[in-house]
Amino acid sequence: MDWGTIINNTLAGLLTPTTIAFALAALGLAMHFGFAGLLNFGIAGFMAIGAYGYAISVLTFGLPWWLGMIIGVLGSIAFAVLLGVPTLRLRGDYLAIVTIAAAEIARLLFLTTAFTDVTGSADGLFGYNSAGGFSSANPFPPGSYGFGPWTYNSETLWVLTFGLGVLALCIWLLWALMRSPWGRVIKGIREDEDAVRALGKNVFAYKMQALIIGGVFGGLGGIVYAAFANVSPGVYVTSITFFIWTALLLGGAATIFGPVIGSVIFWVLQAFLSNILPELAINGILPVDGTQAATLRFVLVGIGLMLLVIYRPQGIFGDKREMTFVK
Amino acid sequence: MSSNETPQKATGLHVGTAEPGCKKTDPMLVIDHVKKSFGGLTAVDVEHLEIPKNAITALIGPNGAGKTTLFNLLTGFDTPDTGTWSFEGKSLSGVPSFKVAQMGQVRTFQLTKALSLLTVLDNMKLGAKDQAGEGIFKSLFPRFWKKQDAEIEVKAMELLKRFKLDTKKEDFAASLSGGQRKLLEMARALMTDPVLVMLDEPMAGVNPALTQSLLEHVLNLKNDGMTVLFVEHDMHMVRHIADWVVVMAEGKVVAEGPPDTVMKEQAVIDAYLGAHQDTDLGVITGRIDTINEEESK
Ligand SMILES: Nc1ncnc2c1ncn2[C@@H]1O[C@H](COP(=O)(O)OP(=O)(O)OP(=O)(O)O)[C@@H](O)[C@H]1O
Ligand SMILES: [Mg+2]
Repeated sequence: MDWGTIINNTLAGLLTPTTIAFALAALGLAMHFGFAGLLNFGIAGFMAIGAYGYAISVLTFGLPWWLGMIIGVLGSIAFAVLLGVPTLRLRGDYLAIVTIAAAEIARLLFLTTAFTDVTGSADGLFGYNSAGGFSSANPFPPGSYGFGPWTYNSETLWVLTFGLGVLALCIWLLWALMRSPWGRVIKGIREDEDAVRALGKNVFAYKMQALIIGGVFGGLGGIVYAAFANVSPGVYVTSITFFIWTALLLGGAATIFGPVIGSVIFWVLQAFLSNILPELAINGILPVDGTQAATLRFVLVGIGLMLLVIYRPQGIFGDKREMTFVK
Repeated sequence: MSSNETPQKATGLHVGTAEPGCKKTDPMLVIDHVKKSFGGLTAVDVEHLEIPKNAITALIGPNGAGKTTLFNLLTGFDTPDTGTWSFEGKSLSGVPSFKVAQMGQVRTFQLTKALSLLTVLDNMKLGAKDQAGEGIFKSLFPRFWKKQDAEIEVKAMELLKRFKLDTKKEDFAASLSGGQRKLLEMARALMTDPVLVMLDEPMAGVNPALTQSLLEHVLNLKNDGMTVLFVEHDMHMVRHIADWVVVMAEGKVVAEGPPDTVMKEQAVIDAYLGAHQDTDLGVITGRIDTINEEESK
């Protein structure tokens, strides 16, 4: 077995545009679920709206890249409001059902051939990064940067820099919000919204704000992903929602850095498994063929998620004391 | 502790005879035709009721009389089928619960609602009203709320000391005992600087020694100018601190008056006996006897 390549590819998973996009979306879920107690199973929908909002603004309306990205963010805000108005008054589990359905509706609308001119249907959208000027805004001259597993060309470096900047901003925002009295109200709502209502707080407004902020993080995740790869409806499927949930729970739902570290661990593990499993199969250690081995990693992710929720629901970075009181 | 002293009772609360729906000289809450049914069951059906200002009113009645439901209706947690009610002259019909609380009418719950994964201190600080840092934009910059937050913390610690919870301030509320949670909920409600405090069975599960000191807190609330409306099954406590007693049975107000006269009324005895005729008659008659005994002292 070629251990050098395996280790190299695994370490490369530490820092990729995908890892950053996941971290952003997981941060959104931390806001929704970890802090506000909102069960959002439609984070893929928020990402899709962010990504398509950006790509369509550039390709169909000829807007510059930064304006397109702002429109992607506005789109995810609109999506949050649309979801929240009818469901935030209902019990928590209804939100879960509605979000999963809404994300699927969004994806199918992007997939349908009815709007092929605008959405590209199953082919998705591409070329918007150069058309909108994102690529030419790259401050790094062409060349090779970094070292070892972390060697990038200038385009990837630009996306990474941009993504890390957005991520840092979002982490600061979440941290600043959650240490404040606003964050106290949000956590109170997670515990018992009637108690918070009885203290004179407008619970609906707070839940809506939390849904919007988390939704914007999700939308930004989609935008960062789109800045790197093409926008394709095949990406924003329900399973990506569950991967992001895995990353979130891995790190700790009610923490700031947990979702970020969780995403990194998730992608490092993914990179490791997708390299080692086929190798094991080829060498006859695993009794399956190469392609089956590659899908086996998703089975392992599922098992990992289950074990995590059962044995360490507060995640790696969660407060130990919370463990004792998990409902 | 001035434990067994009889507290100063407020008098002259009502106009005319003390009968269901009688007028109060200075009402805080006025309730008219409030009715609520669950399917075929009429849980609350109050023709007219006035709750006196700056006094302690006890709301009593057998299990299922509709006391908690009436609390829910008055605080906007549930909507009645018909009826209107006003708080300090302002109509509250259709006002959402958080606005009711903002106006100064604050309640606690029969089934305690401690915010489990918040610390005891955070539970308390959450209660404070008009916090600049609770607005989403100002919350980002501590200079808008640091000072206010420190003041709130001082106030919270004072209250926690009074309720003997100050040593627990850093603990999660989930780690408190049932009685301690009741205390925390009551203390948290007081953080809102209420005008009217509505307590649903505040003493259920609190040990007698602490009950005694809590009763004093409730009495102090009155001295501080607050109005208290509380639901309680412990008749000794009702007699000890209530200035006025309202008795409910099967959704209706069947009697009201000062504590020492109202409990002797036939309607009240009927209400308690009627509801429990085939169950724990002994306990209830025992309870009524105790009242009568004390009456004859
Ligand atoms: N949400 C509900 N749905 C259906 N019936 C209800 C509901 N809430 C209360 N009830 C019914 O209304 C009646 C009054 O209930 P309520 O809780 O107000 O009684 P209570 O006077 O507070 O009794 P307790 O002293 O036992 O707390 C009961 O018969 C109860 O079964
Ligand atoms: Mg009750």
